[in-house]
Amino acid sequence: MSKYVPKLSELKQEFEKKKPVLLKEDYSGKEWRDLPVEFRDGNWCFPGKPEVLEDLGFPNPRKWAATDADWQLPDGWEKTIRDGLKSRLKRFRSFKLFLDTCVRCGACADKCHFFLGTGDPKNMPVLRAELIRSVYRNDFPLAEKILKGFSGSRKLTAEVIKEWHLYFNQCTECRRCSVFCPMGIDTAEITMMARELLNLIGVNNNWILAPVSNCNRTGNHLGIEPHTFVQNIESLVEDIEDLTGIKVNPTFNRKGAEILFITPSGDVFGDPGVYTMMGYLLLFHHIGLDYTISTYASEGGNFGMFTSNEMMKKLNAKMYHEAKRLGVKWILGGECGHMWRVVHQYMDTMNGPADFLEEPVSPITGTRFSNAASTKMVHIAEFTADLIYHNKLKLDPKRNDHLLTTFHDSCNVARGMGMFEEPRYVLRSVCNSFHEMAENTIREQTFCCGSGSGLNAEEFMDIRMRGGFPRASAVRQVQETHKVNTLVTICAIDRASLPTLMTYWNPGVSVYGLHELVGNALVMKGEKKRTEDLRESPMTGLGEGEE
Amino acid sequence: MKKVFMPLLVIGILCLIPYVGVQYAGLGYLFAVIIPCVSLVILIAGVAWRIVNWLIRPVPFRIPTTCGQEKSLDWIRHDKLESPSYFWQAAARVLGEVLLFRSLFRNTKAELYAGPKLAYGSTKWLWLGGMVFHWSLLIIVLRHSKFFFSTVPPFADFLDNADRFFDITLPAFYMTDALVLAAISFLVVRRLRDMKLRLISLPTDFFPLFLILAIALAGMSMRYVTKINVLPVHDQILTLMDHSFVLSGEIGVIFYVHLFLVCVLAIYFPFSKLMHAGGIFLSPTRNLCNNSREKRHSNSWNPDIKFKSYAEYEDAYREKMKKAGLPVEKE
Repeated sequence: MSKYVPKLSELKQEFEKKKPVLLKEDYSGKEWRDLPVEFRDGNWCFPGKPEVLEDLGFPNPRKWAATDADWQLPDGWEKTIRDGLKSRLKRFRSFKLFLDTCVRCGACADKCHFFLGTGDPKNMPVLRAELIRSVYRNDFPLAEKILKGFSGSRKLTAEVIKEWHLYFNQCTECRRCSVFCPMGIDTAEITMMARELLNLIGVNNNWILAPVSNCNRTGNHLGIEPHTFVQNIESLVEDIEDLTGIKVNPTFNRKGAEILFITPSGDVFGDPGVYTMMGYLLLFHHIGLDYTISTYASEGGNFGMFTSNEMMKKLNAKMYHEAKRLGVKWILGGECGHMWRVVHQYMDTMNGPADFLEEPVSPITGTRFSNAASTKMVHIAEFTADLIYHNKLKLDPKRNDHLLTTFHDSCNVARGMGMFEEPRYVLRSVCNSFHEMAENTIREQTFCCGSGSGLNAEEFMDIRMRGGFPRASAVRQVQETHKVNTLVTICAIDRASLPTLMTYWNPGVSVYGLHELVGNALVMKGEKKRTEDLRESPMTGLGEGEE
Repeated sequence: MKKVFMPLLVIGILCLIPYVGVQYAGLGYLFAVIIPCVSLVILIAGVAWRIVNWLIRPVPFRIPTTCGQEKSLDWIRHDKLESPSYFWQAAARVLGEVLLFRSLFRNTKAELYAGPKLAYGSTKWLWLGGMVFHWSLLIIVLRHSKFFFSTVPPFADFLDNADRFFDITLPAFYMTDALVLAAISFLVVRRLRDMKLRLISLPTDFFPLFLILAIALAGMSMRYVTKINVLPVHDQILTLMDHSFVLSGEIGVIFYVHLFLVCVLAIYFPFSKLMHAGGIFLSPTRNLCNNSREKRHSNSWNPDIKFKSYAEYEDAYREKMKKAGLPVEKE
């Protein structure tokens, strides 16, 4: 395990002391604003490298670390922050409302996975927001200014910036708190603004900015150049042929294809995402889909979302630009979390209207996806659920009998899109063993993997394993009661981060993408006898009843 | 606990002001007429200003928090309330928040057990306390309308009678009086007992609770303890409504305390967290439709951003692309 995380036994001991309450210490007589801001191994991400910042034209490139006493903030940084705050309050009603209307009822307090995992009071969503509110009150509404100490305001200092950096990077913008807030206050919105402000003075995270720079340059977060991108998928094609005897034939940058398929680059490059990619390729071959993959718009994800509004728009613009150039009819999107928050809630507004595309219609079933009539982009789970509903796939769920599954709703797809039934329908159709986790941990109440919103860095492992603890604890329960060994997700960051989380908390549980299971279950025309799944693990469900 | 005693002290001083002012300085006119009128103007103008100040700010993106299945394929049940697709569905969602506190109804309590293991229990106390508090206040305010008309309007009469259902004391006891006291006590006690809440609470969280408590106690003592004659009060308000500012009859000093604290609340309201009463209607995570893929929503300040075009990309990678057999636009 990483050197940035305590041993499991140490963490268990720490948790033992906290139960049943969640706060890590006795805070009687203490005020949150007097608590120190402490950076230590495992609780901060390496800052953006100077060359990355220069490449992006971002301010204040320099070498620094969060543990430094002096962060080398640029001259006049206070004014930059104040002006930035003002400008965002002017542009976003959400931001202004969320700063103004909190009544501090505390309903959000124990809803945050980072609070549940760390017991740090400033990880209660209400206090996370108060970190900004206290400064906002000091600088803005005039009546509260008169009442200063009374209203809980404070001065903007370098120490406050450190505190913002620490705690707005212990929020994965998962929106779970906003489900419970009686005012509908969404901490994700506040965190997004805080990170924008911090970027203005060069307080940042390399694990976010390096992918942003890569994506701008090469088209994807991992910085894969076109030829390598093609090679990678071709090697997956070979693997598929070895396993199934079927040669699938994806095309790249092909003009005139009916559909452009875009998925996170993690599916092309990372383990276990590549098995999900193999699932997509098998599915498209199975139904004879006329599609193409772009090496230019080769990223579904969008780390711009974790940087600034403008950067999100800039990286997202490639999708429509490429769809227009290739002359496709509509876009099909792969499994990803924040990608779908961007596509569903932001893309059309930022980069639309996509009047050069057509309202998506499934070429196989004729189903019109009227819910995507304007954006013209369909989620693969919607697409596959429709295929299965119309009996267009030949599936043998027994091929997944070695996988006893549970399903992890990805935060963004759950709370920023509202897609709950389609992936479950697909999953139930492709496997025989599926058990839900506890009801307070799924669907709209789902827990983040603990590493979302660009916090999947190795050096952040301590906080990641704590933040992922609520998810892991829920998996542990179905592992004990139903012998679950397979955690199915529809998010590329989940696929990258949950394996580590499972190794730490729940050994014996592996992480799968939904379409990997689809790929396992598909009975392909002309295939050779299947004995192994896409990971080359033996399929156990192929007993006597096999044709 | 400075943040508890400071607001208490302020309330104490606020109570003394009208007491001294009326009893010893003879400023009855100031406290009965001028201050109420001024505070009413501040309340109305202040609330209007705050709401307009929110409304002029754009809503650049559709960001509803989806707590239920979106409208998608025909055979999948759409959760119309938690993932609204049409205006009236979103309106119903907002009303559910305003009238029934639906999000708060979902509240859970997380506890840590050996393992370590997390368990979540349903906890409806805050929801119940909040509902009782807000609804009692609303009924109390509405039944006060009987003081503002020479003939009591039917709805106020109805509320008044319903509220006096348990007619066991003289004067008859209002249920809402007991309920609001219970609810305020609960809301204060939970802020003090739970360490998490003690940490997040500000003096401005205790102040309005204490202020409303003081108003309620002053009002109740008038009715049940000193049993002051309500007729002069009624007459006083009616003459005010007729715009003839003349003091009529003798009014107990406790009434002035009650009225002055109400005025303080009215002045405090627009500049404080109490504005959540208006903000809840505007919350973009609740009042927007989850139909952003179906209907385009435009952003008034959508910035013009230069992104890296395909042509630039091909220029950078043309040779590599050709080698990999990828089609290119320019040879």
